[in-house]
Amino acid sequence: MADNPTLVNITVNGQQLTAPAGTLLLEACRSAHVEVPSFCYYPGLSLQAACRMCLVEIEKMPKLQTACTVVITEGMVVRTDTEQVHRARKSAIEFILTNHPLDCPVCDAGGECELQDMTFKYGAAESRFTEPKRHREEQQWSPIVYFDRPRCILCYRCVRVCGEGMDVWALGVGNRGVAASIIPNHSDHLQCEECGMCIDICPVGALTSGPYRYKTRPWEMKHVGAICTFCGDGCKTTLGIRNDQIIRGDNRDKSGINGDFLCVKGRYAFDFTQNPERLKQPLVRVDGELRPTTWSFALETVAKRFQRIKSAQGGFGVIGSTRTLNEEDYQLQKFARRVLGTNNIDHHRTADFPALATALAARTNTPGTALPLANSSSLKTAKAILLVGNDPTNQHPLLAWNIRTAYRNHKTRLYVLNSGDIKLRRQAFRMAVIPAGGEAAAIRFLNGEADSVPAELTMVGGPDPKRWPQTPPSVPQKIAEGLQDFRARLRQEQDVIIVFGAEVRGEAVRELVAFGDTLPGNTRYIALADNANSRGAADMGLYPDLLPGYRPVADAGARAHFEQLWGGTIPAEPGLNLPQMLAAAAAGKLDALYIAGANPLRLHPSAAEGLRKAFVVVQDMFLTETARQADVVLPVLCSYEKNGTLTNTCGEVQAQKRGGMFEGAKSDLAIIHELAELMGCGFGPAAEDKIFGEIRANVKGYDLSLVQLLAGRSALAAPLNETVAHRDDPELIQPNNDTLFTAGTLGRYSTTLNSVMERRLQKESK
Amino acid sequence: MSVFSQATQERFQTLLSHYPVKRSALVPMLLFAQDELGYLPPEAIREVGELVGASELAVREVIGYYSMLRLEPAGKYHVQVCTNISCMLRGGDDIYRHCKERLGIGHKEVAADGVFSLEEVECIGACSWAPALQVNYDFHQELTPEKVDEILRDYRKKAAAR
Repeated sequence: MADNPTLVNITVNGQQLTAPAGTLLLEACRSAHVEVPSFCYYPGLSLQAACRMCLVEIEKMPKLQTACTVVITEGMVVRTDTEQVHRARKSAIEFILTNHPLDCPVCDAGGECELQDMTFKYGAAESRFTEPKRHREEQQWSPIVYFDRPRCILCYRCVRVCGEGMDVWALGVGNRGVAASIIPNHSDHLQCEECGMCIDICPVGALTSGPYRYKTRPWEMKHVGAICTFCGDGCKTTLGIRNDQIIRGDNRDKSGINGDFLCVKGRYAFDFTQNPERLKQPLVRVDGELRPTTWSFALETVAKRFQRIKSAQGGFGVIGSTRTLNEEDYQLQKFARRVLGTNNIDHHRTADFPALATALAARTNTPGTALPLANSSSLKTAKAILLVGNDPTNQHPLLAWNIRTAYRNHKTRLYVLNSGDIKLRRQAFRMAVIPAGGEAAAIRFLNGEADSVPAELTMVGGPDPKRWPQTPPSVPQKIAEGLQDFRARLRQEQDVIIVFGAEVRGEAVRELVAFGDTLPGNTRYIALADNANSRGAADMGLYPDLLPGYRPVADAGARAHFEQLWGGTIPAEPGLNLPQMLAAAAAGKLDALYIAGANPLRLHPSAAEGLRKAFVVVQDMFLTETARQADVVLPVLCSYEKNGTLTNTCGEVQAQKRGGMFEGAKSDLAIIHELAELMGCGFGPAAEDKIFGEIRANVKGYDLSLVQLLAGRSALAAPLNETVAHRDDPELIQPNNDTLFTAGTLGRYSTTLNSVMERRLQKESK
Repeated sequence: MSVFSQATQERFQTLLSHYPVKRSALVPMLLFAQDELGYLPPEAIREVGELVGASELAVREVIGYYSMLRLEPAGKYHVQVCTNISCMLRGGDDIYRHCKERLGIGHKEVAADGVFSLEEVECIGACSWAPALQVNYDFHQELTPEKVDEILRDYRKKAAAR
């Protein structure tokens, strides 16, 4: 649609309406709160006109028209409330109910079923059909997807969302007429991304989910809009809570940045919260063995030991989490710097945020005051997108969904530079497949004038990915041609959003931003990090050399600011990073290691031995390989059981709301505060809103609208406009390379993620 | 490895060149595929799908839509009895009932020995000579139960002779 669409006037039920040209009649009516019922129509998907519920009268047209397919025209006169329309709706419902079993009392959808609502509102109490209803047994298509065929009203929403929306095309329609039925791609089962979009989009109870079916009723649950704790996209997942337990996740009210999109993790992987392995009591090592104990004993043990080490001027190391809340991360680094007196603090880095902050701070070409950071939904309307590295389909499902939506609805041109043949190739306008590790060289090429292609780039597919065979060609003579074409086309694009993965780090980020500066319009950036609060951990200063807001610890001004705020001194020297801390522990140079919600031994298994030399405190939900080496293990609440804020990979801050509860565990925040208190350096009450107030006032870019956050919307944090003196440690960035069915350490504890066939196939293929 | 003969594969290529969109060739290709194999096994579905650039599921959707495309083998002689209006007026239903009794099978069923299969079909375009039935691609018209017995006997002999 054009930027300034012409407006069209229509009359609906005698009321004057104005809507942009090209608007569908159904949408125009709904925008004026005139109800037009429909089953098959779904915003953003192709038109179907299958259900016949949206029939309306249009003057000068001989028959009733489907409002979902009619585009409004000037002077159109429409009636939606006449006797004829009411009769049509009644007949449509009667027809739809021909074979529908009306088993609402046992159906999962009962209480939130569109057919139930519409039958109640428009339907006939009697049916002229006297024939017996066709019954079919329910089918299980996967551990997640169940199909009850008689309930299906053939609206094709599931088929379209799976194909058009997810680009999976796993559902189809078999047979025809009265025998027509939705069918899965592998005759009796599904092999797909298990996202559950088909289940949530189903207007009736034909598609139901394994984890939720027959568990409860929608009105028996409390619905809490929480932020997903898995990847870095920050989708809202509306948790259904009963008796403090999470029963389901979905986003039917479309209230988050993700609209109604959720992947398998957002919808179903919350089940880790009820994993029987979850720790319910603190553990303290006695005679070489971890034994359950009380909270007061465990906390005192830690505080006393920390105090002793501190008095003896011993060394501390602190490792933070990428799933804990901003408030917790902020207090953790405050605890490290102010209470323990060390800058030895780090987290598992999966994106080079400081490099992006540095590069953006150093820009000379800044068109206007527009923000150089993109939020997730801006991808949906971007004119052009450059994606370097990463596989968003697997690691950033929401961003991939947004990119597909942009391609489908706005013909957005996607440029992909990747070392693998990622699935987004299907939406790519140009794609260059380069050898792994060739990203920096490719960016240099893009930013340069040379026509000769660097020697590192030995392979490139192209230029037009739509014409590729099944796999990209590796024709050496096409290298130069392909990349030159890629660069030439990209340079003509305006307002490009550049999305880059962990492959791009350090110098390459600065080179990429330099290239972005040469593009016309407002170039914006998204750096891709793996976990729910990876960006928050970075923004909150879980770095040995950076204070919150990427302010260098070596900068006396920055230090003075926080020293005054926290009332104490902060060491001036940057501390040890994560591998250095593990090495120092092994060398006996660290007396204590405080690990809050991280599992460093997953990526550094050889450090296990070394950890035994230090006093190790681990806060976690599970007895991970790191927790097993600890001297004290403190069980924590998960993200879904806490209030606070999270920052997604784009920088969008959202409020996290407590849904579930878990007896026996404490929040990381409560633990940090209690330890600070016990060590005689109280942080005051562990109140998230107070701490967020401190963050808002003191962390660059976090001065965000509280109204917006409390209303459940997102606000983009831009911790920019400062020169960041940060050590480039590109080797510290270690992406998880998760798939849709893995999620670092946490993914292990979700039964659903591990139950799907696709996960088994992945394991077998390794 | 193709499941089709050289001749059929060449025919596919000709068909594919007839249309601006490859998928348009899908239905005729499936018919030829079925003629050669007797039905459409999964390997054939996969191969045809690859040739037109459609997923296996998309090909199955098309097969499900058209009743003349089969996913199960038919008998050696596939007896298709028309019961549409012209045939019905001239006793088509009796002919169909007679076939069911004689062959001992019903709609879309295959006899145990695999010689015959039976199907009640829509108009086969032989209205002027109703009632009519079709065995594979051969027509038999102006039928009576006696005539049907004769026809079936002939086919049974043919089957035995091979």
